Amino acid sequence: MIPYIPNTEEDQKEMLKEIGAESIEALFCAIPQNLRLKTDLNLPSSLSEMELVNELKGLSKKNAHLDEYVSFLGAGSYDHFIPALLDHLSGRSEFYTSYTPYQAEASQGMLQATYEYQSLICQLFQMDICNASLYDGATALAEAVILAHKVNHGKEVLVVKSVHPESRQVLTTYIKKTLGLSIMEIDCQNGVTDLAQLKEKISNDTSCVIVQNPNFFGCLEEVKKIEEITHQSGSLYIVSVDPISLGLLVPPGEYNADMAVGEGQALGSKLNFGGPYLGIFTSKKKFLRKIPGRIVGETIDKEGKRGFVLTLQTREQHIRRERATSNICTNQALNALRAVIYLSTLGEKGLPKVAELCLQKSHYAARRIYQIPGFEPTFTSPFFKEFAVKCPIPPNKINKLLWDNKILGGFELSRLYPQLQNSLLFCVTEKRTRGDIDRLIRLLEGMV
Amino acid sequence: MREPLIFEKSREDRRGYSLPECDVGRKGVEKLIPGNYLRQGRLGLPQVSEPDVVRHFVRLSQQNIGIDTNFYPLGSCTMKYNPKVNEDIAQLPGFTRIHPYQPEVSVQGTLQLLHQMEILLCELSGMDRVSLQPAAGAHGELTSLMMIKAYYENKKEERDTILIPDSAHGTNAASSNFCGFRIIEIKSNESGVIDLDDLKDKMSQKVAALMLTIPNTLGLFEPGILQIARIVHNKEGFLYLDGANLNALLGIVRPSDLGIDIMHFNLHKTFSTPHGGGGPGSGPVGVKRTLAAYLPVPTVEKNSKGYYLDYNRARSIGKVRSFYGNIGVIIRAYCYLRSLGKEGLKKISYNAVLNANYLMQRLKNYFYLPYDQPCMHEFVLSGKDGEMKEVRTLDIAKRLLDFGFHPPTIYFPLIVKEALMIEPTETECKETLDAFASAMIEIRKEIEENPSAVKEAPHNLSIGRLDEVKASRQLKLRW
Repeated sequence: MIPYIPNTEEDQKEMLKEIGAESIEALFCAIPQNLRLKTDLNLPSSLSEMELVNELKGLSKKNAHLDEYVSFLGAGSYDHFIPALLDHLSGRSEFYTSYTPYQAEASQGMLQATYEYQSLICQLFQMDICNASLYDGATALAEAVILAHKVNHGKEVLVVKSVHPESRQVLTTYIKKTLGLSIMEIDCQNGVTDLAQLKEKISNDTSCVIVQNPNFFGCLEEVKKIEEITHQSGSLYIVSVDPISLGLLVPPGEYNADMAVGEGQALGSKLNFGGPYLGIFTSKKKFLRKIPGRIVGETIDKEGKRGFVLTLQTREQHIRRERATSNICTNQALNALRAVIYLSTLGEKGLPKVAELCLQKSHYAARRIYQIPGFEPTFTSPFFKEFAVKCPIPPNKINKLLWDNKILGGFELSRLYPQLQNSLLFCVTEKRTRGDIDRLIRLLEGMV
Repeated sequence: MREPLIFEKSREDRRGYSLPECDVGRKGVEKLIPGNYLRQGRLGLPQVSEPDVVRHFVRLSQQNIGIDTNFYPLGSCTMKYNPKVNEDIAQLPGFTRIHPYQPEVSVQGTLQLLHQMEILLCELSGMDRVSLQPAAGAHGELTSLMMIKAYYENKKEERDTILIPDSAHGTNAASSNFCGFRIIEIKSNESGVIDLDDLKDKMSQKVAALMLTIPNTLGLFEPGILQIARIVHNKEGFLYLDGANLNALLGIVRPSDLGIDIMHFNLHKTFSTPHGGGGPGSGPVGVKRTLAAYLPVPTVEKNSKGYYLDYNRARSIGKVRSFYGNIGVIIRAYCYLRSLGKEGLKKISYNAVLNANYLMQRLKNYFYLPYDQPCMHEFVLSGKDGEMKEVRTLDIAKRLLDFGFHPPTIYFPLIVKEALMIEPTETECKETLDAFASAMIEIRKEIEENPSAVKEAPHNLSIGRLDEVKASRQLKLRW
């Protein structure tokens, strides 16, 4: 007996009688007999709740998790502090067992929270408009590039190699085959965009220029200079940002980004082995009618009371079908809810504090590492919470030793950047204590 | 009472966070980062205390209904009960506190789960391989269409067209267009299923695939499915299954036995993962052997050393998202499948179909049923009836809220005027179905006797009917 199915045999009999059918099988009469399965599927037998919990706990224990290991790994997925209230509030089942809020009057909670999400992200990014979320930072970036192409029909896209490699890979899948655009990659100098090369490669055919800030190496890009170069050629400027960094760094709206996207995982979503995460998408107001995804707007009811609805739905697939601005239907609403609760909790003063703790601790760690003979900075550009270190011994050996001491080491950059052979990308968030960092230092010192 | 916006609750110097002091010897920020990179002025975020935040979001949750609070017969969305044990399991630190770039040896539990999930989905669909990466059904469609496109490009065949029935979900057309395909619509016949003659006329060597939803959005199985498959396969096109309605077929039919070559699953529908108020979902893609080489990277493989992520796939379309999928969602769906086991699967479909037919039977004498035949997991009524006195389907939907029910899907599928698409799912009991039927019948009477009660609904909620026209004309999209 499955506890999720209430019908008893007696219920089934009564219902069949009302229907006028002899058996449940008879209701499947439209399916030709020869197509139906003759035997049970080759699946494991059903498990009781206790058996299920035991089995899955067993599986989860085969993973080494970050309550047991201290992490200095980031590279697009960040171990930031998550206040306890987040699980309690996003775990309210009125939220998480609801569907997309098609019926506004029954969904005011989710709609208002989404409106607040849009408002908070617009504030933080200093951008005009924000949608209700996309799948993740990488697909949000790809959607921005598609939007840029719709706006100016440019045939090529310039993307800097310091943009997250996974984002660049997704971009290639999304736009090369579907829109037939060419993607040109811009090299880096000292961990940031090679401005001379950007100037050289940009042309009238350039639809958009894409940078990430802080970039994959943790370095801060010269976002204002890139903006000038981009707009001088008439191209659109797309920036991908780490929302936590905006507690300290100049927001994309202030350097005139046309679209700003980001991976929103850091705003209260767990590591989850890479998903579900949160695709943040913002743009200038003039692109409003072309942007992808759902948008919540304010309105009033018949008595003039404020309320919220999904709006501009004529852009969307369920109305516009093949002429829709995107195929987005299900998005990452619950992760957006977590982001709005996170930002409300941290607020005006907490977010800058988190950002500054990341900055101070990562710089402390970097200073200490560079004091160890043989370790030196891969790049000297300013950085936020991640930094690349050139190591005197092979990075995989370092990581192995750290792992044996319950530390998850940095990202081995040679995995994705063959020319950066001996570099490790370390990340230090506000969660790392001085004790954690000092232990890392002692272990590294012991290796040379 | 309406809850103010979080911004309106803000007071200077209130705070909801508790963070440690800097323990590393603080340096001036401008010594670490040049001033021109730094943000000036206020962020403009609210300042609220922890109890303020808690009360705000708890109150908002009270203005939202979900499956845990109300019957939610939203057609094509399969709003079934989301088992609590799956929520607990998905929150185990061994699952949530692992980084996507951790060494593979340290994440063998999750990799094993993903590997087994692929095997389960293959077995119940008859597909040869499954990618768990797509984040949603529409993302699964997009991934599939990219694979189909890559397949024909590799064969150097020019196929630029996708066939889509007029009853299809809007995402089918939007995803096809996204991939640069031309769309040709296939008509439904008077029985609500594919018009085979129309399909024969439109099928050609230019067609890459036919996208079918089975049962279709009227809740009807395609009786001519084998002929449909033959027509498509004779011209060497692919038959695609939009798996949104798989809840009717579990353990009864395998898509591969219907001639399906490629499909997506909706884990957030059929496999009971909560929809989260709009997401995250998960839309795995299953394929027959012919298309397996084109699946996105990485796949999860197993060798003598254990499980690993395989990026070395020459013909793969590449990556379709960051990392490996909405893992938290996949874990819940895996738990659900293991709870059901082979014994339980069929019971799901049996009771989903029974509940839908029962409700249809209870309602068909009161509302116009355009396709009067046994349905599968859902059925579609029409609010278009000569005697309805200007009351529209939208009004019926809003009035249902007063009776404590989430309305069905409305105005879809497009081939039924004023459609009300009702999917009760197997997790509802007869008493709930009876109460819903009584409410619908009561509303039918009101339409005769007191239509304004329906047209002005809802009456009993914290908010009245919202003005969607004003929302789109006088856009206000942020505080």
